[in-house]
Amino acid sequence: MIKRRLWQNFIAHLDPILLALLGLLLLISLVVIYSASDGNWFRVLAQMTNILVACVALWIVANMPLHYLMRAAVPVYLLGLVLLIAVAFFGEITNGARRWLNIGVTTIQPSELMRIAVPLMMAWYFEKHEAILTLKNYFIATLLLLLPVALIARQPDLGTAILIAASGFYVLFLAGISWRVILTFLIILVASMPLAWSTLHDYQRHRIMMLLDPAQDALGRGYHTIQAIIAVGSGGVFGKGYLSGTQSHLDFLPERTTDFIFAVYSEEFGLLGNMVLLSLYLFVIMRGFVITAHASTYFTRLMAGSITLTFFTYAFVNMGMVSGILPVVGVPLPLISYGGTSMVILLLGFGILMSIHTHKKLVQT
Amino acid sequence: MKRHIEFKDTQREIHYFRVRLALSLGFVLLLLLILLARFVYLQVIQQRHYQTLAENNRISIVPIAPSRGLILDRNGVILAHNYSAYTLEITLNKVVDLKATIDELAKLIDIQPGDRKRFKRLLADNRKFESLPIRNRLTDDEVARFSAQRYRFPGVEIKARLFREYPYHEQISHLVGYIGRINEGEAAQLEEDEMAANYRGSDYIGKTGIERSYEGELHGKTGFQQVEVDAGGREVRVLSRTPPVSGNNLVLTIDAKLQEIAEQAFGNYRGALVAIDPSNGEVLAFVSKPGYDPNLFIDGIDEQSWNELNNSPDVPLNNRALRGQYSPGSTIKPFMALAGLHYNKRAPGYTISDPGYFSLPGSRHRYRDWKKDGHGSVDLFKSIVVSCDTYYYGLATELGIDNIYSFFSEFGFGKKTGIDMEGEVSGLMPSQEWKQKRYKQRWYAGDTVSVGIGQGYNLVTPLQLAYATATLANDGVAYRPHLLKEVQNSRTSEKQALATTLESNLNLNSEHLALVKSAMVAVTQPGGTAAKAGAGAPYTFAGKTGTAQVIGIKQGEKYIESKIQERHRDHAWFMAFAPSDQPKIALAVLVENGGHGSSTAAPIARKVLDYFLLGKMPQPLLIEDDAEGVEHD
Repeated sequence: MIKRRLWQNFIAHLDPILLALLGLLLLISLVVIYSASDGNWFRVLAQMTNILVACVALWIVANMPLHYLMRAAVPVYLLGLVLLIAVAFFGEITNGARRWLNIGVTTIQPSELMRIAVPLMMAWYFEKHEAILTLKNYFIATLLLLLPVALIARQPDLGTAILIAASGFYVLFLAGISWRVILTFLIILVASMPLAWSTLHDYQRHRIMMLLDPAQDALGRGYHTIQAIIAVGSGGVFGKGYLSGTQSHLDFLPERTTDFIFAVYSEEFGLLGNMVLLSLYLFVIMRGFVITAHASTYFTRLMAGSITLTFFTYAFVNMGMVSGILPVVGVPLPLISYGGTSMVILLLGFGILMSIHTHKKLVQT
Repeated sequence: MKRHIEFKDTQREIHYFRVRLALSLGFVLLLLLILLARFVYLQVIQQRHYQTLAENNRISIVPIAPSRGLILDRNGVILAHNYSAYTLEITLNKVVDLKATIDELAKLIDIQPGDRKRFKRLLADNRKFESLPIRNRLTDDEVARFSAQRYRFPGVEIKARLFREYPYHEQISHLVGYIGRINEGEAAQLEEDEMAANYRGSDYIGKTGIERSYEGELHGKTGFQQVEVDAGGREVRVLSRTPPVSGNNLVLTIDAKLQEIAEQAFGNYRGALVAIDPSNGEVLAFVSKPGYDPNLFIDGIDEQSWNELNNSPDVPLNNRALRGQYSPGSTIKPFMALAGLHYNKRAPGYTISDPGYFSLPGSRHRYRDWKKDGHGSVDLFKSIVVSCDTYYYGLATELGIDNIYSFFSEFGFGKKTGIDMEGEVSGLMPSQEWKQKRYKQRWYAGDTVSVGIGQGYNLVTPLQLAYATATLANDGVAYRPHLLKEVQNSRTSEKQALATTLESNLNLNSEHLALVKSAMVAVTQPGGTAAKAGAGAPYTFAGKTGTAQVIGIKQGEKYIESKIQERHRDHAWFMAFAPSDQPKIALAVLVENGGHGSSTAAPIARKVLDYFLLGKMPQPLLIEDDAEGVEHD
């Protein structure tokens, strides 16, 4: 009896549908990482550990009442901002970019924190001013977004900056920013393209150029893209079979367990596998939208919507970059790519979704 | 722009929100469809294309060079063979700082300045992505030392390779030739001949001698291996393998021992010797002195050795037997005699009285005999035995250049013999037409006089004279000289003998032949110009001495050998065949600056004949410088 009670308490704030979908995706992750790492069990075990840690984070956040989360918004955001400024001054330079901060025990990447902190802060801000939203409020929210984005873009980490900008934009969009503002903003964006181009770093320009014509530099920067596209294309409808991808196992693919893991998956499981993956992602997103639609407060609606759309954006950008319709930006395939930080941030997001869903229910019953 | 909400309308707000959420879902679905379309495009429509690209990525065709055929003498003695050894090779475009790399390597492995020089030469001749050897024949110790440190040397590798080796070094070098690394010109030629595929994986090609003439037999067929490679180009596994077919072994007509004896017989003299089996044209010995060590050339010769060889006054790289052109001197006389008989200009019993010179009618110019006071009464037989110049001045004048030209052409003078080695030159048999063309001058009677004793415009190669001697020995039946006896399949050991080629039958009168031959036998007997060389031979052999002038002697001047610099001395000739009644060997010997045929050239011939006919090893060579039977014009 007690056991059962405990179990029910344990799962009370988890969403079974979302959990099942995440479980399937994580299972695929382990299966593909085993292949992508050429049968390296350590890599698989390490990813299991990542998943375990991330699940704990998910459970904790899911069980956390939402007002805790709201209360955390401002301090977390400010902390992130301070860390980003610290990075700009004291950060360690690797590969020409200043992204990491040494805090004595370990190095951290504050931009990862901002992936949650920015939408959280913006949702909190809109909730505060929910009663009367004026253009001024949208303007301030936009500033809250652009400040960290600019800092991250300066590191430079264009990929993360764009994705955080996207997550913030989703909050603005769902918060009801007028179409005219969006349109005006888009026009300004397009008009400022040439200016933006001139401020880009060489390697960033190169990546964009590469998208237009990867063959230009087939053995240099275009190499990754070309080999990834070959992997995807040669997979065909049914794929080459598990563990049989030649592109993957003969070292033609770069970053096989992380950013380019989709190429491995796609080569071995083909179009059918891709459709399965797309469906799973779509189901996760639809479940996220259902939770969003039923969210009880303005804050939770914005938060849930942004988390869901951001998750989709990550998936789309990664698959788009591997299949050659988007430039190569360092974005992992959500829930599949190897990596601890990304996994924790993602499941943290789903924890928030579950918390939004279950705490509302509890309130209702 | 402003969106004022005067009072909180939750229902309306939620409606607005849901509209935006629905729009978001539409956005998501649209983008997912774009992705799906992209996947369909890549994985269905373009699948074959990418499949091919992936296959090309992973499968690499690696050529397997065949092992080169051996070169053997007629008795199976190896003249060129292969051995396997380790080389240390550098691929230039994988190395950052070449000099530093070599300096570092030199700390591990013995690299001599000569190795560096040779490597520098290789670099100049090869493309920078080719793997080139800095050191050959590494010891096991060196291989082990390098292997332990190889991570420090990107672009440097140890490779096991088959190497060519010529165990006879300087001996037989001109005959066997050598292989060397394929240069750009040869690569282009292979491309043109559509042979390039068969040379993928081959670094070497025959450059001279047999190695070059029979490149097609020796090289073999390149095999191929389909290997799966990773992105770094490293082999992962072999998918299929077509083994190479080794080149054929060549059995030459040469007798290596005979060759060795002939080469030794030359001592320090420069010159050439060609010995032919008159009954079939097989070349038994093919000497050009001095030789060079062909082993030096295989992996690119270092600059110093090259300069030594190339700038040596001895011209060791010149194949004198094949490409040396000399005045035939008196060796022409037996053929002149035959021509005289053939054209009925001389009867065997016709005698002249030799005053020691000859003058053309109406001219006071004296063509001197080598013997100042003349030979007295001289008939055809004696004219050969004592090598009487006066006899042939007159005979040539009576024959006329046209007859001489056509008769000598039959014996192959002025024409390539067609021997199976590249680079043969044709010598020169002058004619009226030739002189008009060459000098824009008409032919003078005096020209014919000089031609009559082999000191005019005519030039012969040692090979040509040997061939003519063989034709004479074989009673006018000429077989094309050849060096290849059999081709041996290196796998099945199946031998395929080469057919001998009958070049021509001169249909010479046997009485004429008998007379000339008997006179040539008398040459090597007491009273003949080569009596000393013929002394004590247990077989009868026919011979004829000759002297080729190097510098002209002015009218009235005397040729005093001791006063003339060594390099200005006359070249000595000797032609011979034996046994005289049933010739098994015919040869021509040329000794550069050897003075007279009797003292330097004839003894060499004797040693060769002794070994060939009797199996007798020669005594230490003593070249006599006394003037017995001195001859010059």
